[in-house]
Amino acid sequence: MKAFLDAVAWLGAAVLGLVEYLGELGIFAVSGVLAIFRPPYYPRQIGRAFMEIGYFSLPVVALTALFTGMVLALQSYTGFSRFGAEGAIASVVVLSVARELGPVLAGLMVSGRAGAAMAAELGTMRVTDQIDALSTLSTDPMKYLVAPRLLAATIALPLLVVLADILGVMGGYLVATQKLGFSSGGYLTSTFTNLETQDVISGLIKAAVFGFIIALMGCFNGYRSRGGAQGVGSATTSAVVSASILILALDYVLTQVLFVK
Amino acid sequence: MSDVKIRIRGLKKHFGSKKVLDGIDLDIETGTGMVVIGGSGTGKSVLLKSILGLVTPDEGSIEIDGVDVLKAHPREARSLRQQIGMLFQNGALFDSLPVWENVAFGLLAQNKVSRAKARDVAVEVLAQVGLGADVARLSPSELSGGMQKRVGLARAIAARPVIMFFDEPTTGLDPIMGAVIDELIVDCVKKLGSTSIAITHDMASAQRIGDKAAMLYQGRITWTGPASALLTSTDPVVDQFTHGRAHGPIQMALRK
Repeated sequence: MKAFLDAVAWLGAAVLGLVEYLGELGIFAVSGVLAIFRPPYYPRQIGRAFMEIGYFSLPVVALTALFTGMVLALQSYTGFSRFGAEGAIASVVVLSVARELGPVLAGLMVSGRAGAAMAAELGTMRVTDQIDALSTLSTDPMKYLVAPRLLAATIALPLLVVLADILGVMGGYLVATQKLGFSSGGYLTSTFTNLETQDVISGLIKAAVFGFIIALMGCFNGYRSRGGAQGVGSATTSAVVSASILILALDYVLTQVLFVK
Repeated sequence: MSDVKIRIRGLKKHFGSKKVLDGIDLDIETGTGMVVIGGSGTGKSVLLKSILGLVTPDEGSIEIDGVDVLKAHPREARSLRQQIGMLFQNGALFDSLPVWENVAFGLLAQNKVSRAKARDVAVEVLAQVGLGADVARLSPSELSGGMQKRVGLARAIAARPVIMFFDEPTTGLDPIMGAVIDELIVDCVKKLGSTSIAITHDMASAQRIGDKAAMLYQGRITWTGPASALLTSTDPVVDQFTHGRAHGPIQMALRK
């Protein structure tokens, strides 16, 4: 009987803990979004965050997209040739990259790079009293630290995905024309014939949502970190893991909303 | 009745099952330097953070200039707290900004001055704490511990606060640098005519920077008196603490 009661108590505590966590996250997200629109604004901070999240993520996102497009073309060819459907490779590459792989892979890469950096920076600021110091200097940390990162990530990720889309298609084009013997003109024609504006736009909407999620989880975990170096390390791990899971889960939800009629 | 700048009554705060502040009553008179002493983990920093609004107490009142900041409109409470300058234990300088921007941060945040003017003010304030203009462009990570404390002090006084808080100002410094920092604190407080609260374990520092002292023990203020009487107090808790005796009424966890 005692073991049963202990199990119920553990379950209850876990549920309460989860509800508390979600409540804190919800309040943090709303406060962060409101802070974006309320003065004072910190353009220098927004610019710095934009450089950190967007500009410095360019190489990793570019390489990921390029190789993904190349592998996708190669794999599609191997599979489709069994059914004599090699001609569909260009469509498969461009639609996969624009709708799914561009935003998701860019999101995961930026989460690992910029999301982790945000959590580490804010976590260090928390455990060294820098966030408290901001408050004593008449500065709202939500406006100074969180809002610029939320805004910058929400804008930067779609821009990175535009680049990822171009490079992903280019990767597929290179493999198709240089290795698989497709004609350049035929491949490009097939690519653009089957691509619709909706495909690109929906990918960019996903990217904006993923950017917001990356910054939110990075800032939230960093902001509430405790206990010195170990706490900062845990916050960084939590930021990357939670953002990555949310990106994959939300990708399904957004695909359902944007594509399934 | 004397002019009380900060009045604290019945202040309580607990974290989980741990009771940290258990009914603090304390008056700090205008222009007075109050030193709060007490063992590690007795809630000294929580007391300062409660006054600053960084921690929300469970019960009690904190009056600044007669206004209870815990019940006042947020805007009024914020305005009262803007009178406070704080020197943090480890300096808490912003890593991402050069020294001059750290010092002028409060001025820039309140849009009081242009960036060029803020830099000039920062250099002036750095001179007040004995640092040259060449330090202004450095990053906090390039400074020694003593210099970081001085920059932290410069940042705290840059906006000319009427109340100043010092959290363990000499911790981590050698005795000579500790004395230098104390001298700077006394000098700055005197020039600004500020009311100050310092928390410290350092008895020499407590006597140098404090006019009055209070002992925080088991979540309450158990003794108050002149800072100069700290080492001669007959209160058994104060006597044990100030002389660092292993045996006495203060029970440390290791000895239980």
